Amino acid sequence: MARLRGTGMAAVNYPTGMNLGGDPSQALIHATTSGSFVVSLSATDLGQGLKTVIGQIAAETLGVEFGEIVVDTADTDTGPHDMGTFASRATHRVGNAVIAAATEARQALLDVASEELEAAVEDLEIDGHGNLMVKGVPSRSVRVADIAALAQFKYGRTIAGRGSYMKPKSIVDPETGAMDPDSTEAHACTVAEVEVDTETGEVTVLSIRSAYEVGRQVNPALVAGQIEGGAWMGMSHALYETTAPYYPAVDHSPRDFSEYLMPGTLEMPIVESVILEMPSSNGPYGVKGLGEMTANSPIPAIVNAIYHATGVRIDELPVTPEKILRGLDAMAHASS
Amino acid sequence: MSADLNVVGQSVERSDGIGHVTGRTRFFGDRSFPGMLHLKMVRSPLDHARIIGIDLTDAERVSGFVRALTASDVPHNLYTILGLIGVEPEEEFVLAEDRVRFKGEAIVAIIAESEAAALEAVSKVHLDLEELPAVFDVEEALRPGAPIVTSWGNNTFMYEGHPCRRVRLGDVEAAFERADHIVEGVYNTSPIEQAPVETTGCIAVPEANGRYTVYTNTQALYFSLDNTAIILQVPGNRLHFVGGTVGGGFGGKVDVIVEPIATLAAMKTNRPVRFAYSRSEEMQVSSTRSAWRIYIKDGISRDGHIIARKVTSYADSGAYSRQTPYALTKHAANAAGPYAIPNVSIDAYCVYTNRQPTSAMRGFGVTMASFALEVQMDKIAERVGVDPWTIRFINAYRNGDMKPHRKLAEDATLIETMQAAAALVGHVLPDDLRAMTSAPRDAGPDGGRD
Repeated sequence: MARLRGTGMAAVNYPTGMNLGGDPSQALIHATTSGSFVVSLSATDLGQGLKTVIGQIAAETLGVEFGEIVVDTADTDTGPHDMGTFASRATHRVGNAVIAAATEARQALLDVASEELEAAVEDLEIDGHGNLMVKGVPSRSVRVADIAALAQFKYGRTIAGRGSYMKPKSIVDPETGAMDPDSTEAHACTVAEVEVDTETGEVTVLSIRSAYEVGRQVNPALVAGQIEGGAWMGMSHALYETTAPYYPAVDHSPRDFSEYLMPGTLEMPIVESVILEMPSSNGPYGVKGLGEMTANSPIPAIVNAIYHATGVRIDELPVTPEKILRGLDAMAHASS
Repeated sequence: MSADLNVVGQSVERSDGIGHVTGRTRFFGDRSFPGMLHLKMVRSPLDHARIIGIDLTDAERVSGFVRALTASDVPHNLYTILGLIGVEPEEEFVLAEDRVRFKGEAIVAIIAESEAAALEAVSKVHLDLEELPAVFDVEEALRPGAPIVTSWGNNTFMYEGHPCRRVRLGDVEAAFERADHIVEGVYNTSPIEQAPVETTGCIAVPEANGRYTVYTNTQALYFSLDNTAIILQVPGNRLHFVGGTVGGGFGGKVDVIVEPIATLAAMKTNRPVRFAYSRSEEMQVSSTRSAWRIYIKDGISRDGHIIARKVTSYADSGAYSRQTPYALTKHAANAAGPYAIPNVSIDAYCVYTNRQPTSAMRGFGVTMASFALEVQMDKIAERVGVDPWTIRFINAYRNGDMKPHRKLAEDATLIETMQAAAALVGHVLPDDLRAMTSAPRDAGPDGGRD
């Protein structure tokens, strides 16, 4: 009996977003008296950090500091329509809607500033830190906050914007399957290294190393978080999880986490990754979307690594110790 | 990061991070309202059965029992979640009528003063059921004589007259004839649970102005609101849905299961009603990822080019289809993988069985395709006699390629991604693979193939 090591790889595309139903997202933005901007959405944050990246995108487009953005989400009385948070779509589609809303709000801001500074709108710029100035004339600079206040108390204007992003609904041709079902394609390539104990059939994942091409990272720390979580989930899917251990039999279905197996922190392998940014043509600042796909490529990479280690091909998930031992037995019988 | 960007590309501290790690983030379940009632479901103990009778007499005597809801209380009891985007027919019952199609299907909603009272009353509802033959396997469900789960005579979701979602490009059978290698595989995957830390739930609260505020952890507020309005046959303006941070979704919270019945309960009692799944309901009743069975047959030329790929996939939808028909369509669009293959035939079946329904989960129809295809790619490499990297590089799709679903590839970067991964792990690629890019192929008599 031995501990056998193997390496496997997998490369995948991931189509982010869906538009078989149109799947729109909308956003509204308005300035407060103190020059903060409130982004109103009905999109929900699932814990992945949507509120943070949306705040970053709004700040970037408006030209103000991230701290000046308040993201108010998940209320159907105050937030405009959003199809939902799924399909790795939120950063891409809500982000595009927020850019549109922020662009309109920025224009309203520049219109007021143009009057106040007696300068043409085309000659004005916002520096990304909340300063609005005549290009090339630093002495003629004001705070965005001051213009926001003047808009309300001197000019009686709103500093606000509306944004929507929708890719028109794609009708599938029932004969050929011709369709345009997604926003863009993100990519991943994973190399997994495993060790298989031929006595127990247990698999230890030693490392999951991947390259991801995501268009643009809005927040690298959140991207890294998705990758760590996805690596764990992919590994869990490959080796542990099932609600029907002997499909199609319906018995032995788990009721809680003591019966539903998942890897713990001690089983977590080394996770390393590199990020490529090749901006998409239709994403906000080139974003493609990342969420779902991080769990995909680790699965076949691990299964291929088990084959490389043992010579046992298992085409059935999850790859349990029982399946590995049965495979090793079958291989031994075949060669004897 | 691009030099002309200020904050996009920066790891700013997440705005809700402190709340999460100090326990101050507010979830729906942190809310409580005076007079709040609790809803629990009477569920089918059988996989498939006719409902002969329901006896509530003993349940009504339980201290704290408030009222029960059955199918006749639900204004529009037969619905389909994707009806909002035009998917037909309506097929799922909010509360079962004459038949239950899976173990765990909701039959009676019990509303009580406490969760304990609701559970006790649930245990005292007597069901008179006549067990029916059940089917649990995707392919057995398609055989003649199999028990029929649906109301339309077969066990598949119908795609505009076809029993499967089809994708057709070129002529696979002709290409198989001239292929040097045929590689076939069958891949099975188990259903799995989305397993969010926070289980699915909501609280519906009647307001003084005649509206209902629903605090929910749905992944899609308007989707849930619009479906609830249809099921309850009320104008959308009487509903106000409030979300917030969701304690993990992974696709498990897009089914609109708890909100309609909790809101109906609030309407009938004029009191706030909470309906939240227990962990066992989350695992045994709420939708999982489908079990999949995927058959792949590939025809490959001597030099390793895949010239034909035929995929037949079966996703086990369970008793109701929910989001699964949509997952099959997404699957069909991606079942040939990120490869340039001139002849492709894909049949993707959404199959009904007497299992717990399945629906959306992270990777929706694509995760299982990626698993099957990427294991298959290694088998092809072995057959052709090249390494796993080479087989993927020589077949990788590029911008401008026609994908099987007749979308021209754009934003393709598979080649560059593989090159980066090879560099990361120290795998030295030969010069010709290192020189490849995803740029459009040069036009030529061979269609630009290598």
